Amino acid sequence: MTTSSPAAAPGVAASATGQQRAYGVDLRVKFLTIFVVLTNVFGNAAMSWGMKHQNVELGLSPLPYIRLIFSPWILFGTSLLIVWLLSRMTLLGWADLSYVLPVTSIGYVLNSILGKYIFGEQISWYRWLGTAAIVIGMIFVGFTTANTTAGRQLKERG
Amino acid sequence: MKWAMVAIIVGATAVGDVLQSFDMKRHAVQTEQLRPSRWMSVLSGMARRAPIVVAVFMMAISFFAFMKLLSLADLSFAVPATAASVVLETVLARIVLKESVTWQRWAAAFCVACGVALLAM
Repeated sequence: MTTSSPAAAPGVAASATGQQRAYGVDLRVKFLTIFVVLTNVFGNAAMSWGMKHQNVELGLSPLPYIRLIFSPWILFGTSLLIVWLLSRMTLLGWADLSYVLPVTSIGYVLNSILGKYIFGEQISWYRWLGTAAIVIGMIFVGFTTANTTAGRQLKERG
Repeated sequence: MKWAMVAIIVGATAVGDVLQSFDMKRHAVQTEQLRPSRWMSVLSGMARRAPIVVAVFMMAISFFAFMKLLSLADLSFAVPATAASVVLETVLARIVLKESVTWQRWAAAFCVACGVALLAM
């Protein structure tokens, strides 16, 4: 929804007042980030479960894909991924893309864990090393401000 | 075929994310708009904006390629392999969106890319 109000979104932190606001509402950015990660992880897992238990041959024709979407697990996964898409769009309005990407990458780790414990996939030691690298990346981003373009946004909105 | 799907997913996701970020920064959803009674007006507002429409189209391409990839490979390969988009998108965030990408963010993108590569092994 368009807004003409110059009010800052959560995560805004470019000016002095923006900085103060950021710390007041930063918790909302964090909660939304957790929500985005969980909807993505469970959406992917449901999709994977559905795809593993289907007998449809997939090619270039869109019809088998459309038919598949209405199978229960894929429908559930798709619904979660639609919620993920919309909540992530909201998050992208509140925080930088270069902030959202690494922070939400914990989802890759959770997907690996689900892959191991639900789908019985093998997790080797270098996959755990990969998990550690992603977590280190998240820690790096944790030290940065969520929204570095807020000043420009406020100026553009007048 | 597997890697062709990965390439489609990475390219479509990068373009879709940059367009979403570009548009949502200019029309950020305010906290009070998160109430269920406001959802329809928020969604109809989004549906009228060209960058969001194109972004959703790119995400749809990425989604169907991901479905195909899941039928060819394990979840623990499919999800990490598509994360190659993190580095590409960080570069685009700096160049196109003019975000202030500090050394911590470059380090994070590098760590995530390495981590994803390891997860995909």
